[in-house]
Amino acid sequence: MTRAVGPATLRARRARAAWWLLAPTLAALALAAGWPLARTLWLSLTDATLADPGDFAFVGLANYLEHDAGQWYGVLADPQWWRAVRNTLIFAVASVALETVLGVAIALALDVPFRGRALVRAAVLVPWAVPTVVSAKLWAWMLNDEFGVLNHAALALGLIAAPIAWTADPDLALVAVIVVDVWKSTPFVVLLVLAALQMLPGECYEAARVDGVHPVRVFFRVTLPLIWPALAVAIAFRALDALRVFDLVYVLTANSASTMSISVYARQQLIDFQDLGFGSAASTLVFLTIGLAAIVYLRLARLRPEEVR
Amino acid sequence: MADLVLRGVTKAFGAATVLDGVDLAVADGELVVLVGPSGCGKSTLLRLVAGLDELTRGEILIGGRRVEALPPQERGVAMMFQSYALYPHMSVRDSMAFGLSVARYDRAAIRARVEQAARLLQIAPLLGRKPGELSGGQRQRVALGRAIVRDPAVFLLDEPLSNLDAALRARTRLELARLHRTLNATTLYVTHDQLEAMTLAERLVVLREGRIEQVGAPLEVYRRPRNAFVAGFLGSPTMNFIGARVAVAGPCEVACLLPDGVRLRAGANGAALRAGDPVTLGIRPEHLRLADDADARIRGPVAVVERSGDACYAYLEVAGARDGLLVARLDPDSRIRPGDRLSLAAPLGAVHVFDADGVACPPAEAA
Repeated sequence: MTRAVGPATLRARRARAAWWLLAPTLAALALAAGWPLARTLWLSLTDATLADPGDFAFVGLANYLEHDAGQWYGVLADPQWWRAVRNTLIFAVASVALETVLGVAIALALDVPFRGRALVRAAVLVPWAVPTVVSAKLWAWMLNDEFGVLNHAALALGLIAAPIAWTADPDLALVAVIVVDVWKSTPFVVLLVLAALQMLPGECYEAARVDGVHPVRVFFRVTLPLIWPALAVAIAFRALDALRVFDLVYVLTANSASTMSISVYARQQLIDFQDLGFGSAASTLVFLTIGLAAIVYLRLARLRPEEVR
Repeated sequence: MADLVLRGVTKAFGAATVLDGVDLAVADGELVVLVGPSGCGKSTLLRLVAGLDELTRGEILIGGRRVEALPPQERGVAMMFQSYALYPHMSVRDSMAFGLSVARYDRAAIRARVEQAARLLQIAPLLGRKPGELSGGQRQRVALGRAIVRDPAVFLLDEPLSNLDAALRARTRLELARLHRTLNATTLYVTHDQLEAMTLAERLVVLREGRIEQVGAPLEVYRRPRNAFVAGFLGSPTMNFIGARVAVAGPCEVACLLPDGVRLRAGANGAALRAGDPVTLGIRPEHLRLADDADARIRGPVAVVERSGDACYAYLEVAGARDGLLVARLDPDSRIRPGDRLSLAAPLGAVHVFDADGVACPPAEAA
């Protein structure tokens, strides 16, 4: 009689091997993400300052919200925080919506064979390949009110009478930031959607043609549902990136209140105001906001985590 | 329903002419099978009729109406694709209704038609499923159902059985034949499978390199192939071909000399032939039978024996035969073994004569 342990031991051995293979990644994650996160969380419960991080006292949730002497204090009581939340949400919704629509449109155009398509495809990717700080600086110069090419061209064409301070004007600054982000990140959506489009079954489209289904209807009833998994992933990536936007806003408009995102707000508290406890509270809130957004989105998009690759 | 007429249909892609002046008339309710090797242009012809590709020259008439300039949906055709082209994310019901919803039917009418077609094809229980949850045979039926619900003037079927396994293919072939008897729809059916073509067609069109080689009832084409290509394309195993020279040619009979000096008589009209002309003789495997040495015409050692259960195929090494081998379909119980020397004979009328260009001699004139 053989003992019935064969398969079980085999499974145990495979599980052990899997854990060994995962160990380096788990260790790296714990060091690079887990530890800073835990430390930030801890610091947010203290009154530590950047000048002397070793000297602090535990203050509980005071950095988040505290009622003292008839006044509310803490990040959640700061109107500037809520302004930053509003800016971030407007930026995220507007930029991701524009990037999605433009990305799908450009991908559809690039999916049609034409001469020089390979060249155009490569060219489309250039903005995505440029580092954000570089492209932000590039646009900062193009948008410059005195020397910018945009004002120069608009003036020469007679579209505007006087130079416009694109990034300084509170009404225009956020729009400028959104436009630059759309320029930079649309290629990402194009790339993912184009890959999905090329997997589509060609004969389905011929069947729809023989049936006389209108192309617009074919797009919404056939193409869109079939590319949705890829598009949803692209939107997820873009939305999470947009919610934690920092470099683009900081390079284009620095600490301007009209464009300040929650990440810029957290940095300002941490570095400029040297308030390690308060800044950590803001950072923790940024983390919670983005985490919540990710969970809500994955639910809404009906994407299971294993589909997000 | 309507008839379908093709006149001088020509299609060129750049310098390559894929179809060259194809003329064909499909009667109302007729099932015509286009058959030919891959690359013969049969699928292109179907796509031209469907309106998926544009003609270079020629006319297409459906029900007497010129359609070659019309978009697909105005031609009144339904096409079934080789890959079935089912929408992966749609249920069977939605897939079948998708093409109807544009044709200005109300919801109730669409529902009724989908359900009627589903009943006819016995796929009613599958209406709620998606293609991924169907077997190959079920998908094939759904694709067929999607064509049927549109109640087209002409059905276009592109290799509808080629994605099925052998057993299912045979069964589905029968069902298609029965379905055609029920619907009586004008149908153009494309296949590369000669058995499918022989068994399903009311009329057979053999295509090669963009030209029609022969049109006719399947048995007529099988028995009287107009040239060596058609003769070799239909039938399995294929017809035996042996190179020979004409000895004596007349309107009632052609006598030929095989390379090994044997004299073989063929019941064909050889009026156009002269003594000494090179010809190719064609004999189907089922027409060869074991013979006494006295009247035997073809002799050779057996190289290979294949037994399929219902027959025994003996491959003989014969000088002048294509690939050096000649196959005879013999009694399944025959005890032939490789190495045996066989003597074979064929009835006069079963020996086809093809001239140097591969064109068949006409049937022998009655003496």
